[in-house]
Amino acid sequence: MNRILILFAHPALEKSRVQRRLLKAAEAIEDITIHDLYETYPDFMIDVPAEQSLLLEHDLILFQHPLYWYSCPSLLKEWQDLVLEYGFAYGREGDALKGKTLGSIISSGGSRMSYSNEGRNHYSMKQLLQPFDQTARLCGMDYLPPFAVHRTHDMHESVIDEHSEHYRQILWRLQRGLPSKEETNSLEYLNDWAAE
Amino acid sequence: MESSLLQAFIFLAAGVIAVPIASRLGLGSVLGYLIAGALIGPSVLGFLNDAESLMHFSEFGVVMMLFLIGLELKPSLLWRMRMPILGLGGLQMALTTGVITGIAYFFGQPWQTALAIGLILALSSTALALQILGEKKLMNAASGKSSFAVLLFQDIAVIPIIAILPLLAVINPNDHTGPHAESHESASLIAHLPGFQQALIIIFAVSILVLVGRFLSRPLFRYITESKLRELFTATALMMVMGIALLMDMVGLSPALGAFIAGVVLADSEYRHELEANIDPFKALLLGLFFISVGASIDFDLISTEPLLLGQIVFGLITIKFFILLGLAKLFKIPGGGKYWFSFALAQGGEFGFVLLSSSLEGRILPKETIDILTATIAISMVMTPLLILLNEKLIIPRFKEAKVTGPEADEIMEEQDSPVIIAGFGRYGQIVGRLLFANDIPVTILDHNAAHIERLRSFGYTVFYGDTARSDLLHTAGADKAKILIVTVDDREKAIEIVKMAKHSFPHLEIHARAYDALHYHALKAAGADYIERELFLSSLKMGEKSLKALGMRAFHARRQALQFAEHDQRTTDRLGKHLNDNKRYISEARQAQEEVLKILRRDKWTNRTTEDHAWDSTGHK
Ligand SMILES: Cc1cc2nc3c(=O)[nH]c(=O)nc-3n(C[C@H](O)[C@H](O)[C@H](O)COP(=O)(O)O)c2cc1C
Repeated sequence: MNRILILFAHPALEKSRVQRRLLKAAEAIEDITIHDLYETYPDFMIDVPAEQSLLLEHDLILFQHPLYWYSCPSLLKEWQDLVLEYGFAYGREGDALKGKTLGSIISSGGSRMSYSNEGRNHYSMKQLLQPFDQTARLCGMDYLPPFAVHRTHDMHESVIDEHSEHYRQILWRLQRGLPSKEETNSLEYLNDWAAE
Repeated sequence: MESSLLQAFIFLAAGVIAVPIASRLGLGSVLGYLIAGALIGPSVLGFLNDAESLMHFSEFGVVMMLFLIGLELKPSLLWRMRMPILGLGGLQMALTTGVITGIAYFFGQPWQTALAIGLILALSSTALALQILGEKKLMNAASGKSSFAVLLFQDIAVIPIIAILPLLAVINPNDHTGPHAESHESASLIAHLPGFQQALIIIFAVSILVLVGRFLSRPLFRYITESKLRELFTATALMMVMGIALLMDMVGLSPALGAFIAGVVLADSEYRHELEANIDPFKALLLGLFFISVGASIDFDLISTEPLLLGQIVFGLITIKFFILLGLAKLFKIPGGGKYWFSFALAQGGEFGFVLLSSSLEGRILPKETIDILTATIAISMVMTPLLILLNEKLIIPRFKEAKVTGPEADEIMEEQDSPVIIAGFGRYGQIVGRLLFANDIPVTILDHNAAHIERLRSFGYTVFYGDTARSDLLHTAGADKAKILIVTVDDREKAIEIVKMAKHSFPHLEIHARAYDALHYHALKAAGADYIERELFLSSLKMGEKSLKALGMRAFHARRQALQFAEHDQRTTDRLGKHLNDNKRYISEARQAQEEVLKILRRDKWTNRTTEDHAWDSTGHK
């Protein structure tokens, strides 16, 4: 079974509608480690050794966060800058993460349609997430297509709940098996990962 | 009614006029009261003619004072003081009584009279000494504690002295007007009983006091506080102290001692502070009255007819007491200038002396002329005390400090230092600053002026130099010429300001970082020229508040931001208020306004309240 670690980053969870519920859904599954970064490091003083050993104990690492300026909230960036050290995650002898998998769980204000070359956000989600993709690649990890909840601002509660339930099911499946290479390459979104 | 109102008005007016003047002149409040008393007394202006009955009344201030002192002393603390009380106090009484008795005998008094005089004059003035030491903030220093021990022993000793005084009557041994001369108007109800019964009753009375204090006072106070009437609590507190005084009087104990015991019993009570706050103003007023009455009882007629005799006696009394006290202070190792504070503070006759003298008059133990002279002696010696204290403070104590700085045990810096950082004051605050710098391999020169403290730091491996940082030559040797930063972390507020001023003046290139006690001190340091100031408890309290918000369920990051935002606003407010230090009204109104602002700011935190702005990423837009 794949050991899943969710690195969760939301600077204002008390105001969140979507991420809050996605998180709840994840909590409902056994044997998933949820690590709430903003709650653990309100001073941004990240405990690097603790974070690294946490990574070692898991196979699938998921960055879960709202999309802020086409990227992640700043603490998760800080986390990358400090934890993915030379000699640990990359470089000579930096192979601690080799063979593991990285994925992104994202909510965004913009609609799915707007994330296309013709849309207002001009690039597709997969294109915008290339820095994460390449980060994974440098660390010898695979990068999954993103799971995304779009157009959050006027989303009805019941729709959020549907997405959350979907997320729960996907997590449950990921525990038991990852998408194949072909699926990973062809899928725009993990949301569309077809059930066998 | 009218005349008593007038009297009260005159007392208060005298105090209100004289005391601030005396304090301004650096003479202390006690001397102010004494002078006011002398002025309105029968010999000068003649406003106040019955000083004696006023004194009887205002002696109650001493009772309250001891009650308050008792409140500060937990039984365990008292028990730890048993050595100084019995040893120091006992020796003081024994030696002083012995020497004065000997001298009186030498000058031809019968031995009984001589002994009576010795006992009466050996007592010092609790009211005076404690008031003065309190004003000088010495009550917790060795000198204050030792003084207190001696005075407590004296208060206890008054009881047997009252008992044996009648046995010393020589004037007319057959004419016992009463069975027992009494210290106060109310005759002891149990004086006619045989000794062991008296003892039993006294023990019984004290046990009642302790038991009531232990078990009944709490429900009583709770009941009273639940009524939510503030004045009722005050009334209860006063009633209690008066009740104790009456009870003690009834069994022939000193009311002051009884009040003290009651205070100790209540020292653990949760109502302690409330009691203190309620009784303190009465105590202060009554003590003031007491000092006024002492001033008023000075018999200027007697002084003008017998100036030489009185002068000699007063001089003799003070000298004898002073040197005995000084000897004892050395024996009991009171450190430094404390010896002198102790010896000067107690080198006078006391209020219990007046009490004993008046009972000697009633009991015909001493001849009237002797009593008059002794009364005048005690009063004058009390008036002299604040003056002597003043001399001590101005002449002896400074020399003492000087001697200490250049003394052999002082480890002043010998060769010039060249660290980039100088820390002045290496207590709890300075140590944290220093440790952070050490951890970053930054050499630091440390100065402190507490020798004992330095010894301890040494044992932890710190190199700390002894010295008063406010001296520019010392700071120069510490390397202030080459240093970049001077960090002033001394806990003495005035000293900190002094150091900053001096450093700014003598070493203008230094960047000065200073620890402030509170906002006012912050402004004072700023005015003195400090470059960076941190209020000492601010960050710690802020963190505590942040953690409490989090404990109540707020997200850690939100709590952090709220705290930081609060801090920023508070800093701005502090700076803004600093402009209105001289305008109290404005200061308060600005402070209030700032309070409202902070609420608004914290409630509309931009970071957490954005709900609408994000829609911009939605290509379909919104209505
Ligand atoms: C600072 C900030 C930046 C944002 N940047 C983007 C963005 O680049 N693209 C986008 O589609 N939505 C953006 N949004 C909208 C958020 O992604 C959206 O509100 C969030 O995912 C909703 O999830 P929540 O309810 O859990 O907060 C941004 C929101 C904020 C506050």
